[in-house]
Amino acid sequence: MNLKPATLSQIDEVITHYPTKRSATLPLLHLIQEEVGFISNEAIEWVAAKLGLQPINVYEVVTFYPMFRQKPIGRRHIKVCRTLSCALLGGYKTCATFEQEFHTHAGEVSPDGEVTVEFVECLASCGTAPVVMIDDELHEKVDAAKAKQLSDQIKAEAQARK
Amino acid sequence: MPAPAQRRIIFQHIDEPGYTNDLACYVKHGGYEIMKKAFQRPPAELVDEVKKSGLRGRGGAGFPCGVKWGLLDKKSGKPIYLVVNADESEPGTFKDRYIMHQDPHQLIEGIMITCFANNVKQAYIYIRGEFPHGARILEKAIAEARAANFCGPNVLGSSYGCEIYVHRGAGAYICGEETGLIESLEGKRPYPRIKPPYFPAVLGLYQCPTIVNNVETLCHVKHIAAMGGAEFAKIGTPNNTGTRILCVSGHVQKPGYYEFEVGKITMGELLNDVCGGPLPGRKFKAVIPGGSSAKVLKFGERFKGKRKVGAEMVDYDWAVEDVPMDFDCLGMIGTMGGSGGVIVMDDSVNMVEALANINAFYAHESCGQCTPCREGSLWMKKISSRMVHGAARPEDGQLLKSVADQIAGRTICAFGEACAWPTQSYVAKFGDEFKGYADAKKTAKPGGVTDLI
Ligand SMILES: Cc1cc2nc3c(=O)[nH]c(=O)nc-3n(C[C@H](O)[C@H](O)[C@H](O)COP(=O)(O)O)c2cc1C
Ligand code: SF4
Ligand code: FES
Repeated sequence: MNLKPATLSQIDEVITHYPTKRSATLPLLHLIQEEVGFISNEAIEWVAAKLGLQPINVYEVVTFYPMFRQKPIGRRHIKVCRTLSCALLGGYKTCATFEQEFHTHAGEVSPDGEVTVEFVECLASCGTAPVVMIDDELHEKVDAAKAKQLSDQIKAEAQARK
Repeated sequence: MPAPAQRRIIFQHIDEPGYTNDLACYVKHGGYEIMKKAFQRPPAELVDEVKKSGLRGRGGAGFPCGVKWGLLDKKSGKPIYLVVNADESEPGTFKDRYIMHQDPHQLIEGIMITCFANNVKQAYIYIRGEFPHGARILEKAIAEARAANFCGPNVLGSSYGCEIYVHRGAGAYICGEETGLIESLEGKRPYPRIKPPYFPAVLGLYQCPTIVNNVETLCHVKHIAAMGGAEFAKIGTPNNTGTRILCVSGHVQKPGYYEFEVGKITMGELLNDVCGGPLPGRKFKAVIPGGSSAKVLKFGERFKGKRKVGAEMVDYDWAVEDVPMDFDCLGMIGTMGGSGGVIVMDDSVNMVEALANINAFYAHESCGQCTPCREGSLWMKKISSRMVHGAARPEDGQLLKSVADQIAGRTICAFGEACAWPTQSYVAKFGDEFKGYADAKKTAKPGGVTDLI
């Protein structure tokens, strides 16, 4: 593992928060995923060694929690809430709009590598349904029109990078 | 009669222009003064105030907070932990989010009073992974509070020290269940533990006595310390004291969060007067009163029985609109106040499709330890999805019910009940819709109807 010095020092610091090292499994996985983008087998072995665990102890955590992924995703991560309050106000249409805009299917990386669109469960913002998280940002009342607008914005940013 | 006014105690500063989430603003508004006074008192007195207050947990079960603290094993010689349940994962619930993002110091003050009262020297805030900003805001607020000696070593210059750390979840609903949460904090899969023997108060985090409380509950502790338990108990209704935040979502004109004295507002006042009623041209059809797990209520049904008011037993005969929004009344009519998440559905919704949406949630979130829950939630999802996307049969409602009936009471944690109650109540109350779904599907849907599954 080739982690940035800043990440490594955050890792060493967070381990001190707990009386047992194993408790730092989730924090370490978050830190590594934030830097690398996903959790590789190498990362699993590295975390296990760091915390004095067997790789299976880390592997079973990675495979259980929906937020950890074992493969890279698109440059931007679009998470559309699927659960009832959002669905009642058009969440499925919101998701379909993102899929169409980026020629992709929920759960897959778009052909241009720009986004991964995903359906997730309740994001605890049901009063402003339908809601979408793009990377760390929450977007509220995302109907189909607003989904189109957000897609255009992402496309424009991608264009500007080229 | 117009609906009673909101009484904002916990949400006093939420959405207030100019109110920021930093320490300076909090202190300017009198922040940490209550904690300073509380630290002058014997800890046992603070526990007593909370007992007297009648405060019931706001996370879902409504368990009396003071009683929970009283169950703590204080003689074990092991450290006592406080775990703050900031997982906010019950669908329809969105209140802790605003406390943590906009008023994090209120939570920290509540945590510190709780820790002092119970001799806790280490607290963890378990925040759901989908609140990355919330986690950063809390970490910053804790650092500010620590620098000002409101937490950390030598709190307020005393010999008492208590650290607070933020621990992020990673997208699993079952981490909201207190023993699943504890397993997750220990770095494992969040498999709930069986009770007995694993009551957190005795064998919790690292097998030590542990208090698990919801974010909103701990904020109330601050206000109980301020006004005293007896005064707090005058707010709300007997056995349902204080205020609580009701989160309304779905088909109303003005969804949002509203704080009322518990039991002082009825469902009808909340939905019609406060939330502006149904969307134009629509009628209310069903409402889930306390998060997606709570049993659904059908507009038009009536609830009759006797209940205690003061010392007397009185008859009640309620429509859905008449039901007071408190733990006991909602429990009496066969559902629950739960997490305070009120999800409203109007007459554009087909209940088979609504159930299919919820069943997909539970099938995704079952931790898989117990066969009835793992298999049952999956089959309920498969059956209800098949009804929508494939062929629907008149007997499917009964089939769904037979699966649900075999889950509740046969599992390690309350998720078993949580996933069975929607199916049981939808089929019981909207049975005709399940019987007639095959025909209903043939007729074209009215315009504007949205897919739910
Ligand atoms: C499946 C399940 C999910 C739960 N999710 C949450 C949650 O997201 N937040 C919460 O505070 N309590 C949740 N609870 C309730 C907790 O187990 C626990 O009762 C609560 O945190 C206790 O705090 P309180 O007494 O302050 O309410 C959940 C319970 C179950 C069975
Ligand atoms: S009831 Fe369901 S969620 Fe709870 S422990 Fe059993 S399988 Fe897991
Ligand atoms: S249902 Fe979408 S945020 Fe809760």
